[in-house]
Amino acid sequence: MDYFLQQLAGGVATGMIYAALALALVMIYQSTHVLNFAQGEMAMFSAYICLALISSGLPYLVAFFITIALSMVGGIAIERVVMRPLKDRNHLHVVVVLIGLFVMIHAAAGMIWGYMLQDLPSPFRFLRPLRNQYIGPHEMGVIGTVALAGLALFALLRWTPLGLAMRASAENPASARLAGIRVDWMLSLGWGVAAGIGAIAGMMAAPIVFLDPNMMAGILIYGFAAALLGGIDNPWGAVAGGIILGVTENLAGAYLVGTELKFTVALVGILLVLLVRPAGLFGRAYVARV
Amino acid sequence: MSAMLELRALDAYYGMSQALHGISLSLQRGEAAAILGANGAGKTTMLRAISGMVRTGGEILVAGERVDGRKAEKVARLGVAHVPEGRGTFGRLSVEENLRVGGHGSSRTAMAEGIERAYSYFPRLKERKHQQAGLLSGGEQQMLAISRALMMQPRLLLLDEPSFGLAPLVVSEIFENLRRIRADSGLTVLLIEQSSEHALAFAEYAHVLESGRLMISGSAAEIAGNDAIRAAYLGG
Repeated sequence: MDYFLQQLAGGVATGMIYAALALALVMIYQSTHVLNFAQGEMAMFSAYICLALISSGLPYLVAFFITIALSMVGGIAIERVVMRPLKDRNHLHVVVVLIGLFVMIHAAAGMIWGYMLQDLPSPFRFLRPLRNQYIGPHEMGVIGTVALAGLALFALLRWTPLGLAMRASAENPASARLAGIRVDWMLSLGWGVAAGIGAIAGMMAAPIVFLDPNMMAGILIYGFAAALLGGIDNPWGAVAGGIILGVTENLAGAYLVGTELKFTVALVGILLVLLVRPAGLFGRAYVARV
Repeated sequence: MSAMLELRALDAYYGMSQALHGISLSLQRGEAAAILGANGAGKTTMLRAISGMVRTGGEILVAGERVDGRKAEKVARLGVAHVPEGRGTFGRLSVEENLRVGGHGSSRTAMAEGIERAYSYFPRLKERKHQQAGLLSGGEQQMLAISRALMMQPRLLLLDEPSFGLAPLVVSEIFENLRRIRADSGLTVLLIEQSSEHALAFAEYAHVLESGRLMISGSAAEIAGNDAIRAAYLGG
């Protein structure tokens, strides 16, 4: 039983990281119908920025928020400079550019920081007194941090005029324009917010997987899977998808197939779900009367 | 009197093809004009041109200010509210959120007053304020679209076929409310209608389009009374 709970808690913690990345993917997908292949590399780059800030002597909390802010600026810049010119192009062009972005960010990180594994410290040492046989301090911190970030995002979208403008722009850009909303800015901001959430995913993942330019490869695939599992147009679904995935992966690894194949088991599970429910577990079957 | 809307030799294009050819007309403050014509005559394009959604040539002036070549959101901020074809409601947002989108950028009190005013014209919207707009009936969605436009406190209201797909009784109700709104606020209205009957009863002036060209302009009464025009352009 203890072992089970241990695996469960570990699964929830990694699941929260997948959830954060999935949330970032959903933010961008909802507003522009683009799957951002470079999301993982952006998160990796953010984690390096965090390490650089800490190395320069800043306390972790300050570095954390500066990293998020810089990532948001970076996300906005990518949307404005790289994505905007492609606005009316077909999907394949966008895919190629996003893969290019992936390679560029990856190479840039390698060039600046090298390919050696580096250690981004966990900021959650202060939680040590709370640790027990089920869950360690970093896992606790990850769960709390991503949950808070998710709630902040929810509050932004649900209760602020800016969030309403972002939702309106995502749903019907033409109508939003006619209401005087600067839709282009809202799309840029969507990229900014996604980059910020992705940065959190990167900073939370780095202490677990170590920091190197390849660190997000697996997590990106899980993030995609989580977003699809939950429903690519539903932020809550993305979070739920991430957690389900993290837990399934851990439990399958512990009880069924061992760590080698746990990745496969999780992906097969998703495949089965999507066969039955193509919109994802929580994807909205959109209803309208005309 | 100054013109609220003035079009000078307006052309409009979809890609390479030209949809409007040299349209000139003006609309005074507080007046309403109807744009009539068959499907594909360019009525919707004309509204889209005014609100900055298609590429244009010529000049468009709103209250004396050039708006041609501006972005749609900028034109909207200058006081042009466009209720588009198909209503353009945000189906996933609640009724009240739709209104808030319309009032986007206005102060808290202006927002609250605007919402109350919308509910006073269309009490049914108040009953459904927390419902998803996508679940409203067609008539309610049209009412919501008009209310959303009014939230912008516009100087010029562009209406694209408010009667489209609605039962006759609902259409009458909507036009009745539009008349009340005009009487209360002195709003200037440019209205597209497929069915000329309501349009000519609502507006003081009418313009008939055919193949992207302005064929006839006159008072609504003249055009309603002219059998030859009706037969030629308005399907009897």
